Amino acid sequence: MLFNIAIKNLFGAKLRTSLNVFVTSISFFLVIFISGMYDGMREYAKNITIETEVAGGTYWHPGYDSMDPRTFEDSHSIIPNQIKKLIDQKYAFGVLISQASIYPNGRIMPVVMKGITPDQTIVNMPTNVLDQHNDIAIPVLIGSGMAKNANLKVGDSFTIRWLDADRTYDADEGTIVHIMETENFKLDLGNIWIPLSKAQSMLAMKNQATYVTYAKDLEAIKDIEDWIHHDIDYMIRDMEAIIKADEPGAQVMYSILLALAAMGIFNAQVLSIFRRGKEIGTLMALGMTRSRVVGLFTLEGGLNALLAGIITIILFGPVLFYFGENGIPLPMDYSEMGMLVAKRLIPIYSFSLIISTTILISIIVLVVSYIPSRKITKMKPTDALRGRAAV
Amino acid sequence: MKNGLILFFLSSSFLFTQSDQMSADDIMKAMDQNLNAESRIITSKMVVKGRRNNRTIESKNWVVGTELAFTEYLSPPREAGTKMLKIGEKLYTYSPQTDRVIQISGHMLRQSVMGSDMSYNDMMEDRPIEELYSATIEGSTMLDGRDHWIMVLDAKVKGISYPKRRSWVDKEYLLPKKEELYAKSGKLLKTASLEGIKKIEGRWFPSKFVYKDELKRNSKGTEWIIDNIQFNKKIPDSRFSKALLRK
Repeated sequence: MLFNIAIKNLFGAKLRTSLNVFVTSISFFLVIFISGMYDGMREYAKNITIETEVAGGTYWHPGYDSMDPRTFEDSHSIIPNQIKKLIDQKYAFGVLISQASIYPNGRIMPVVMKGITPDQTIVNMPTNVLDQHNDIAIPVLIGSGMAKNANLKVGDSFTIRWLDADRTYDADEGTIVHIMETENFKLDLGNIWIPLSKAQSMLAMKNQATYVTYAKDLEAIKDIEDWIHHDIDYMIRDMEAIIKADEPGAQVMYSILLALAAMGIFNAQVLSIFRRGKEIGTLMALGMTRSRVVGLFTLEGGLNALLAGIITIILFGPVLFYFGENGIPLPMDYSEMGMLVAKRLIPIYSFSLIISTTILISIIVLVVSYIPSRKITKMKPTDALRGRAAV
Repeated sequence: MKNGLILFFLSSSFLFTQSDQMSADDIMKAMDQNLNAESRIITSKMVVKGRRNNRTIESKNWVVGTELAFTEYLSPPREAGTKMLKIGEKLYTYSPQTDRVIQISGHMLRQSVMGSDMSYNDMMEDRPIEELYSATIEGSTMLDGRDHWIMVLDAKVKGISYPKRRSWVDKEYLLPKKEELYAKSGKLLKTASLEGIKKIEGRWFPSKFVYKDELKRNSKGTEWIIDNIQFNKKIPDSRFSKALLRK
């Protein structure tokens, strides 16, 4: 019975209910949409990193720090036995990193030179192209961003200069054999990829590597000497940090939106109790307990959340669906800022996100509906019937 | 400190009368004797030639043996106050803009000094040539009307930047007029030449060095012009303290 009365009352207050429901549904929409974007960014960074760089995880030389090029010089050693076994079984591959300078079109450009096993299939990189050019002194694979920056195309040759393990200068001609399109800027900008065996002989670092990447679904091995194991979460920690740094801003916006919706509902409740004093008195006189009357008013307020949910599905559902399918084109290329963000960001609306958002908004709406309704418990039915109820 | 790379070019004149009888080792030894002056105080200009304009950087250097060197940049205003200190294998720089002392190490040693064609590595390498290379005389040739030996130097120790050099050594001055620096693969990396040789404190000494990174197609080279040089002057130990970088 309470539910029927609540519905009747709610639909009776047409404009007020519409406004409350609309504001709440906008809150619903924006919280889901923005959280979905963050989840999409996280998922994208994670997927791209797994697909192109990390696969199951990595083992790093203890001195290596991917964010600090100063460590590259000394971060190489013979691969520990247990990890080497994985490589021999083709469950892993090694990468040897060194600083170098290239001279495309006669101008100097510092790069990170990475030797990689050409026949690896563990990460999504066209490294096999490095194995098809035995006639070239140093076959080089680069990304399209690097090609654009250095004004290079397939077939172009340039001098590569490096310091070997003995810190002696050496130089030879590298030739671009392929330009890859990759969404992972970490493989692209400022990097040149050459065959691992070539890198090892160029740098006089036979059988050495800087890090080893292993295939998905493999257990991490324990006996890795002083090398360090890093999982996927570690590898996307920078992206997580950027999102975490950005989240407080979004949370302020959620709070403002939710506060607007809550204030609308709170205001409507206070007004209802003030204006509907006689109705409250009549209900009490007819035998309805105070707690049931409070429940009725709280339910009326709470139904706003339900209606807002329905309106969100009807009004904003298609918008969410559209962006979920087609993504949101971003105005700039964030890869040049060192962020792994898709050029077309696809928000991800997870089940847990929708449920948690619904619960959060419902709780807020119920609380702001209940707080003014508590006044009813202090009302005298006689005063209420006379319309003298003080709120 | 800049003398690091140029050490090779420096030689004395007192040996030139015997130069025709000199072996490659003798020539290197003579060079080292000149290079390893007890101390040097140099005021110089580095002219970095760019595509559009040239940059001139003035500096003063204090050098003791091959282990200690201190450089203070005097101009232009942007570089003035920048200091470098070399103690053995370590190189420290101080920049007044950041008010920080940084140790240059690893890959940073390969970067160019003030945008010139010289790297920090080039500056650091100033051990006696005789210790680093074994030399052979390839022949003789006339260069600018003067008689020169063509010498090939191959590294005999590990860990030096240029494993091979070819030098055109003036038979009278015992100074290389021209030098080519090669990579391990034999690729020519840099060239250097010296001009304006004159007698200073009893030794022949060039007043201008020209370095060129041969891999940079558009490079016009870097000139190092010696305005003033004093040999074997007493330099206090405090000149080579890290504390002096900030002063």
